[in-house]
Amino acid sequence: MGGMELEKGMKLIDENGRRIDGRRPDELRPIKIEAGVLKRAEGSAYVEWGNNKVLAAVYGPREAHPRHNQKAERAIVQCRYNMAPFSVTDRKRPGPDRRSNEISKVIAEAFSNVIFLEQFPRTAVGVYIEVLQADAGTRCAGITAGSVALADAGIPMKDLVVAVASGKVGGVVCLDLNKEEDNFGEADVPMGVAPRTGDLVLLQMDGHLTAAEFDQAMKYSMNAANQIYELQRDALRRRYAVSLEDLKVEMQREAPPPAEEEPKYDVYYDAQPGVQE
Amino acid sequence: MSELVSELLRSSIKKELAAGRRADGRALDEPRPLRIQKGLVKTAEGSARVWLGDTDVLVGVKAGLGEPYPDTPNSGVLTTSAELNQMASPTFEAGPPSAEAIEIARVVDRGIRESKAVDMGKLCIVPGEKVWVLFIDIHVLDYHGNLFDAASYAAMAALTSAVLPGGKLGIDDKPLPLDHTPVSVTAAKIGSTILVDPALDEEAIADARLTVTTDENGDIRAMQKGLNGSFKFDEVQKAIATSQRVGKAIREIILK
Amino acid sequence: MERETREVVIPGQPLEGPGLRPGSGTYSAGGRIFAALLGIRDDRGGEVNVIPLAGRYFPIVGDAVIGQVIEMGVGHWLLDINAPYPAPLHATESPWEVEYGDTGSFLGIGDLVLVEVLSVDENRRVQVTMQREGLERLEGGQLVTVAPAKVPRLIGKKGSMVSTIKNYTKCRIFVGQNGRVWIDGKPEDVAATVEVIRLIERFAQAVGLTETVDRYLAHKYRRSG
Repeated sequence: MGGMELEKGMKLIDENGRRIDGRRPDELRPIKIEAGVLKRAEGSAYVEWGNNKVLAAVYGPREAHPRHNQKAERAIVQCRYNMAPFSVTDRKRPGPDRRSNEISKVIAEAFSNVIFLEQFPRTAVGVYIEVLQADAGTRCAGITAGSVALADAGIPMKDLVVAVASGKVGGVVCLDLNKEEDNFGEADVPMGVAPRTGDLVLLQMDGHLTAAEFDQAMKYSMNAANQIYELQRDALRRRYAVSLEDLKVEMQREAPPPAEEEPKYDVYYDAQPGVQE
Repeated sequence: MSELVSELLRSSIKKELAAGRRADGRALDEPRPLRIQKGLVKTAEGSARVWLGDTDVLVGVKAGLGEPYPDTPNSGVLTTSAELNQMASPTFEAGPPSAEAIEIARVVDRGIRESKAVDMGKLCIVPGEKVWVLFIDIHVLDYHGNLFDAASYAAMAALTSAVLPGGKLGIDDKPLPLDHTPVSVTAAKIGSTILVDPALDEEAIADARLTVTTDENGDIRAMQKGLNGSFKFDEVQKAIATSQRVGKAIREIILK
Repeated sequence: MERETREVVIPGQPLEGPGLRPGSGTYSAGGRIFAALLGIRDDRGGEVNVIPLAGRYFPIVGDAVIGQVIEMGVGHWLLDINAPYPAPLHATESPWEVEYGDTGSFLGIGDLVLVEVLSVDENRRVQVTMQREGLERLEGGQLVTVAPAKVPRLIGKKGSMVSTIKNYTKCRIFVGQNGRVWIDGKPEDVAATVEVIRLIERFAQAVGLTETVDRYLAHKYRRSG
């Protein structure tokens, strides 16, 4: 990510404590999450996070191939994090590189912590994270999207995973660094957490921080994680909240108008096996 | 379902086709609805996401400065590549581009190059030294049949929205100059029936495939026959006529 | 049996309530119960369950499923049953007298069969059988796949939903627990059946669905609703 220069006179943090994009040190970039955006994939999600655009898809559990990757007593998680060639300012050659390999690995490990792997021996859960547009924090956006995709695919988990990064910019600890801040700042700490228990399932750091600064960074991140978790939950609920109104519209096309009914949601669960002739 | 197509599926599709019916109710010469979203990716100089039915393809166009090829010193450079992303189908495997991916990239590339959609001479800045280098990257997101057409529409749409960044040259940005709009229309042959824009199930049992790319004058700019089956000459002529007709309507959507 | 208005719950979400026991789709930790899946909360008989909204099919003994032959051995066929694992169908569990090595004479790769889940061991290895009444190789007709999570809705309470569809369309319909549905009948009737199935799949959560489907089909078949 070289070749960039900070514009002359531009300060990462100004006298009022405002960052280049106007945010305060503890402010998140705007985030939008949508679940179930692809048809073929068993689970999927799309996240816009600041200027990041990330798509995640999940297949599985399915038989793990090649056979020698299988584990007899549990499922394995295979993750592919990839940046599209057009996702960055200087086109990136298609295909994996060392950076994306490492990120794929730490993301797979994060998900391996929360998925009930023992329920599916010898299988693999495939998580595919595609960065369509990058502006720093892509692995966090990717994990956040991947979690939603995993839930959308019906994979049993003990919790979702939320990821967000904090760091140090212009001497000030800041939440959710953008590209310029990541390039010219002093430190970046991406973190992935299972919100219910606060278990950290992903943690990386590069740069220079005192222990106190690290604590402050983590505090910002944990706080933000709670907000992001709400967005993940909303996305999943919206996906499956079918209103009776939609059904009425669909039926109106061909059938007479339905009787007046109290709009509420219900589900019939028939414990009997399938009906045959 | 697994990639294997059952005899049941094959025969039920063929039976319906014999009665002129397609699973989604389309006529034999009718493509699926086309939706285009341009400019989605801000880091690309041009981008477009296309939904052809449920097939979902995203193309990004990157423009940078570079050296021309030694044998064409006055010409810009155009490179097309395609990725059949594993998220798009359980049948897409990891690894370097498959033969299918390479074929798609090359056919899309030929359609653009042979039609002189982009005047490569206009991409020359300093002959022999500095030219615009265009990368067209095709990213398949959701596979439901007919990647040739979806990819080609997305590539053209991305080119129509592309802006050459003048910053490094100290000049204004300017839209990528486009001279022609080639449009590909793919037909699949199942038994003796030929249908346009094969959906997933139709493509899975197709014996042969023919992609015909025409320009705004109805002239042919590229053709590609695929799979192991064959076409009769009159079938090819019909495919050309269909491509001219269907291509016209699609061109309007791409140029919007 | 108590029924409550159901909410969509996500993995890790606490499921509160006095004296509840953890049911399917849940897990307990530290004395509390949590959802393990994306699904609908369903409290019944003092047990809290989460009914999945999505996900693969997990074989249960006794389920009738539609499988596809993906491999053949000298004494068995291997079936894809839309589950994380393929299921072997041994020649001895078929309705035929199969000579050693002659499996290909009875079923070929790609063939669809209606089978029943015979056993599932601790390692999730599944065996299926074709030796029950009504199990057979499927010929003709059309196959539609729905999300396995929607199958109970498609079947309805005691088969009420699928019976309603059969009454109108007069089609033969096999609903496999694994989400595969086989339909046979006149082309227009099969088309109507497929349409209704897609509708049910999309609106599986709406209440009053059975009556609405009935009206829809009644109108389509021009009978008094």
